[in-house]
Amino acid sequence: MRTIISVIGKDTVGIISKVSNICTECNVNIVDITQSVLQDMFVMVMLTEISGANCSFNEFSDKMKKLGEDIGTDIRVMHEDIFNSMHRI
Amino acid sequence: MLNLNDIMETINMIQSENLDIRTITMGISLLDCIDSDCDKSCEKIYNKITRLAGNLVKVGEDIEKEYGIPIINKRISVTPIAMIVAASGGDPVKYAKALQKAADATGVNFIGGYSALVHKGFSAGDIELIKSIPEALSETTNICSSVNIGSTKSGINMDAVKIMGQIVRQTAEITADRDCIGCAKLVVFCNAVEDNPFMAGAFHGVGEPDCVIHVGVSGPGVVQAAIKKCPDGDLGEIAEVIKRTAFKITRMGQLVGTEASRRLGVPFGIVDLSLAPTPAVGDSVAHILEEMGLGRCGIHGTTAALAMLNDAVKKGGVMASSSVGGLSGAFIPVSEDAGMIDAARSGDLLIEKLEAMTAVCSVGLDMIVIPGETPAETVSAIIADEAAIGMVNSKTTAVRVIPAIGKKHGEELEFGGLLGSGPVMNVNMNFSPKKFIDRAGRIPAPMQSLKN
Repeated sequence: MRTIISVIGKDTVGIISKVSNICTECNVNIVDITQSVLQDMFVMVMLTEISGANCSFNEFSDKMKKLGEDIGTDIRVMHEDIFNSMHRI
Repeated sequence: MLNLNDIMETINMIQSENLDIRTITMGISLLDCIDSDCDKSCEKIYNKITRLAGNLVKVGEDIEKEYGIPIINKRISVTPIAMIVAASGGDPVKYAKALQKAADATGVNFIGGYSALVHKGFSAGDIELIKSIPEALSETTNICSSVNIGSTKSGINMDAVKIMGQIVRQTAEITADRDCIGCAKLVVFCNAVEDNPFMAGAFHGVGEPDCVIHVGVSGPGVVQAAIKKCPDGDLGEIAEVIKRTAFKITRMGQLVGTEASRRLGVPFGIVDLSLAPTPAVGDSVAHILEEMGLGRCGIHGTTAALAMLNDAVKKGGVMASSSVGGLSGAFIPVSEDAGMIDAARSGDLLIEKLEAMTAVCSVGLDMIVIPGETPAETVSAIIADEAAIGMVNSKTTAVRVIPAIGKKHGEELEFGGLLGSGPVMNVNMNFSPKKFIDRAGRIPAPMQSLKN
C-alpha cells in the first residue's frame, strides 16, 4: 500500500533526514519526494511504499505523529487513495 | 506523483474546514429475528446485531486512521420494530432495551429503527409501538425512533398526526429532567426513505438487503471556504463552486463506504449527499448562506439561496458516487448549527421561515426547541403543515421539535455533543388548531398533474 507523508510547518534543519530516518527504521521505501514553500509554510510531501514495512501502519503513523509533535510541525501519514479519489476521476 | 496543491487542498479541508464523514451506518434486517416469543425475539435481535456489527466500530476507526479522515459516528439502522412487535408481540419497550444492549455491546453511537410506518393506517403492532415511544426513549440512551405519517401516494394519516403531537409532548415531559432529550431522538416523517443513514430518522426498509453499509458525508465548512474564495462571482459561478466542492466531498464518502463494505464483507448501499452541520464554528449551513451574501440566515432571500445550495450539492455529488440515496441535501437542524443558533437567538430566524426553507431542502423542521406550554394539538398542526409540504412536493419532510418543558421563549436547552443547544423559538399560539386536528381521518393523496 502506498501512503503520502505530509510535513507542514516551519522549516527546520534536518527535517527531511528525521522523517526519512523513521522510514529506514521501519523499512518503508520512499518512492518520490517533493517540497515547496506555500503561503509562508514549509510543505514536504513524500510518497512511500509501506508493504515491506517491519511494523504495522498504526505504529509507523504514530512514530511520524510523535516526531511532528517533537519538532513542532504537522506530520500526517495518509493512504494515497484518499487523494486519488478526491482529485482524479 | 500527485500535485502538491491537490494534496494540500485535501489536508486543508480536513484540518481547517472540518471535512469529515458524518456516519457509517450499517442497515440490518431483523425480519428473521421474529419469534412467537417476545423474549426469544429480543435475544435473536441482540445476537444478529452483535454478530454483524461487532466489528463496525473497529473497522471505522481503522479506516479513519489509515485515510486520515475523521469518521464521526458509527451507527446501525434496523427494520422498523413495529413489524417485529406485530409478529412477536410483547411489550415494545423490551425491544428498545434489547437494541440498547446491542448498542452498548457494539459501541455504536446510535441504533435507529424504533419505528412505525403508518402513512395510510395502523396495522398490528403500530399503535402499541407508538404509544411506547416516550417510555422507550426515556429508558434508553442510544435508540432513535421515527414514525412515517404520510406520503405523496397515500396522503396524510391525520389520526397518526394527532397521536404524534401527544407523543412528542409526552416524550418531552418524561425526559424533562434531561433537557427533554427524548424528543431529540424522535422524528415524524412524510415520505420517509428506506436507506437513510442519518439519525434520528434512520431505519432499515423492507426492500433493502439483509445487511448493507450506507455512508453520510458532511462538510459545510469546506463549501463555505470555497465560496469565500469567490467573493465577486455571480450565482452561476457560485453554483459551479458548490458543485465542484460537493463532488470532492462525496468522493470521500464513496471511498470510505466501499472500503468499509469490503472490510466488513457487507454490500455497499448508498452515499447520502448531505451537508450536515455541527455546532462547531466553521461547520454551519447558515454560514454558507451568509457567505453567499445574506446578512443573516432567516432573512428574505434565504429560501432562494438554500434552494440553489441544495440543488448544486446534489448535482456535484451524483457523479462522484456509484449510488446515491438517503436524504441527500442540506440539513437545517437549528440546534446543531452555530449560524442557525445565532439567527434564532437574535430573532431573525423564525419557525415560519424555517418551514418555507424545508420546501426546498433536505428533510424539515429539525431540532427546533419550542415553548414548553405548546399544546399537543399545535405540535400536531406543525407536523401536519410539514407533512403537507412533503406530500405535495414529492419529497421527504420531517419534524423533530423539542417542547422545552417549563421554559419560555428566549430561554435555552442544552443537549451537548452533536445535538448542540437551542433557544426556545416563538410559536404562534394566538388561536388553536384543535378542531382541525380533532377531526382526524386522512388527507387524501394529492393530484400529480395540473401542477400549479
